[in-house]
Amino acid sequence: MDKSSRTSTLIAESAGYTLVHLITLATIIPILGLVGYIIAKGSPAISWQFLTAAPTDGMRAGGIFPAIVGTVYLTIGTAIFSVPLGVAAGIYISEYAADNAATRLIRLAIINLSGIPSVVYGLFGLGLFVIFLNFGTSILSASLTLSIMTLPVIISTSEEAMHSVPNSFRVVSTSLGASRWQTIRKIVLPQALPGIVTGVILGLERAVGETAPILFTGAAFYLPQLPSSPLDATMALPYHIFVISTQVPGMPVEIQYGTVLVLLVFVLGMNLIATLIRTRARAKRVW
Amino acid sequence: MSKQQGNLVITGIIKIAGYSSIVFVTLILIFLLREGLPALGSVPISQLFSTIWYPIQGYFGILPLILGTLLVTLVAILIALPFGVCTAVYLSEIAPKWVKAVLKPVIEILAGIPSVVLGFIGILVFVPFIRTFFNLPTGLTGLTGAILLALIAIPTVVSIAEDALNTVPDSYRQAALALGVTRWQTIWGVTLPAAKTGVLTAVMLGVGRALGETMAVMMVTGNAPVMPTRLNSILMPLRTMTATIASEMGEVATGSTHYQVLFFIGIVLFLLSLAINVAASWVSMRQRQRSERILS
Amino acid sequence: MNKFRIEDLSVRYLDNNESLRKINMEIEENAITVLFGPANGGKSTFLRTLNRLNDLADVKEMSGKVIFHEDNILEKTTDVIELRRRIGMVFSRPVPLPLSIYENVAYGLIMEGEHDKKKLDNAVENALRKAVLWDELYDRLQDSAYAISGGQQQRLCLARVLALEPEVIMLDEPTSALDPVATAKIEELLNQLKATYTIILAPHNIQQAARMADYAAFFLMGELIEFSSGKEMFLNPRDRRTQEYVSGRYG
Repeated sequence: MDKSSRTSTLIAESAGYTLVHLITLATIIPILGLVGYIIAKGSPAISWQFLTAAPTDGMRAGGIFPAIVGTVYLTIGTAIFSVPLGVAAGIYISEYAADNAATRLIRLAIINLSGIPSVVYGLFGLGLFVIFLNFGTSILSASLTLSIMTLPVIISTSEEAMHSVPNSFRVVSTSLGASRWQTIRKIVLPQALPGIVTGVILGLERAVGETAPILFTGAAFYLPQLPSSPLDATMALPYHIFVISTQVPGMPVEIQYGTVLVLLVFVLGMNLIATLIRTRARAKRVW
Repeated sequence: MSKQQGNLVITGIIKIAGYSSIVFVTLILIFLLREGLPALGSVPISQLFSTIWYPIQGYFGILPLILGTLLVTLVAILIALPFGVCTAVYLSEIAPKWVKAVLKPVIEILAGIPSVVLGFIGILVFVPFIRTFFNLPTGLTGLTGAILLALIAIPTVVSIAEDALNTVPDSYRQAALALGVTRWQTIWGVTLPAAKTGVLTAVMLGVGRALGETMAVMMVTGNAPVMPTRLNSILMPLRTMTATIASEMGEVATGSTHYQVLFFIGIVLFLLSLAINVAASWVSMRQRQRSERILS
Repeated sequence: MNKFRIEDLSVRYLDNNESLRKINMEIEENAITVLFGPANGGKSTFLRTLNRLNDLADVKEMSGKVIFHEDNILEKTTDVIELRRRIGMVFSRPVPLPLSIYENVAYGLIMEGEHDKKKLDNAVENALRKAVLWDELYDRLQDSAYAISGGQQQRLCLARVLALEPEVIMLDEPTSALDPVATAKIEELLNQLKATYTIILAPHNIQQAARMADYAAFFLMGELIEFSSGKEMFLNPRDRRTQEYVSGRYG
């Protein structure tokens, strides 16, 4: 290669590098911009009253308390069903399942669950919980629907967390006369716990922000009082955002941004906690 | 209860939980079919796959909805692909460690932003922008939806493509560098081709994400169930399958023809996502077997 | 008195690695029986069969008998948990469980259902004394088991086995990850312990085999080539392949 063509290659390459950098920046900066913009526009709306009062004046004034409470209820409801089931399923796949056709079928089912569109979960919840089991449009129906949607995330992250525990621990524990369940409970689960908790939080984070699955299973447009039982419908932050940004004419922008900010704090707060747990656990890990 | 019995009970519970995902996929399919298949009895197939969706007048043609979904998804992935793959290449091959440590959480933030929030920002930011930029009567267009869908698909594409790049053995890169090839040429000539199927999987799963997305698209695409017949249909309002279900299911009577057809659309969505996910996992599985053969 | 009588033992894994073919031998009480030979000759497989640790692996077929206290332990009816308590095992790399030093030593007993603090304290102290670790570690029992040196870790693994008061101790290349000083300590310890225990050792080199063997078994490609007293094996081997291996011609 003569000198001039080498120089031109180098120039082309550095142009290429610049392009890659620029495109990456073009991906990253809007994300940060978006979050920053919401914080800037939304924080003026945030006040104690906004967080603790019910909406008034056709939701054009007042607070968003019922929506916050509803989202908390739905998150807890989802966790009640999906965490034990998801972690247990993770244990099964990581610690019990043999490498056979049945296990491959389970894996395929998990992949499919994670790919089903959220609105289809909504349809399913409507068909099974609301109508067939007659739970009505309720926190119960919505939580169950969201649980099944979060299940694949929780299963795969728990499985991965347990899978990363060195096999030598299992062999040693067994050689000392521990049963399989004892080994799981005393060694595998404690070691995998940070990973499992991270996965659970990430799964619930998704449930917190979802609208489509609760549209026809439990979300209410407007409720003057808080739900009093799991069989009541509830307001929820994501659905409330949808309502006030598309269904209510003359909505003050400030309240919209404020509500979005609250949901974002919920979701990103969970994300942050998950990241912290993961980083701390990695630093403390002995193996 | 003795300890041994306790163990048996626990093992039993765990085993049942292990099979739960199969049970749920089956249940979902059963209930979709149960509520949606009667649509075939109420509406002749030829009408179902016709071009007019106007339920109040008894027109249940889902073709415009299917095409709307496909068009928006296609444009979304065309946007997401270069951004996603470039970012993945940057993260995996070029970025210094600390930059990577900062950028990955940012991508995760994007993955965590609820679609309703993106839809909201879409209405307030992208819709006016598209309207003035293309000088259109409305900014509620397929393109606006596609941009939001691209934002939703990018984290999926980035993380899976980056995983794929990371699994390319370092020896490939070193061998290329040792032959006097520059790092740039190595990335595009060796590493990326070696991760080809992984990137393909990433794109497929990105398509899956975009296809099933509901709220964001519903909020910014204008929801007009017209047939997207020309390429510039992307600059007009259109309607996806997911948005149709989400916006109309609340108002229909249980068991009515309209209700059945909405469930039927659900079946179509379920089958589409099933096909994409099975194909994607098949591709990545084959890839894994092949690379195991190469490496052993 | 023999502790084990092995008759026609054959084991095959799914991947066909490290299998065993028609092994017949007896393992004496209160002595060190050394299993030696080239890598992948079946020594680990043999050890993992005696305490049924093979149950965790992908075994394709297993036949023959391993008689321990009149019972064939390969039978389905064997209480494997009880068996593993009586036959302790130390592995080639020290693998402390991710627990404290105390919990590591008490692990087997706690799994057995022992919760009496006093009994556990005693058992831990006894085991650590037998493994000559008590003086080094008595004031840091609550520390992580990963906070001590590799040699100490391996003796901790031995103490962990001793706490269960087993009859048999099996050691699979226990000193392969250790320096010569730590190795010497372990060897000295085994020579003391053989008065009360049956010891089966797969050493990590031929010198250690020769130093430690009361009885020696030469494994080659899944077969037991020769089995005799240690003296005979290393001074006067009968089989040509043993001669070649012992004199260092291959392996």
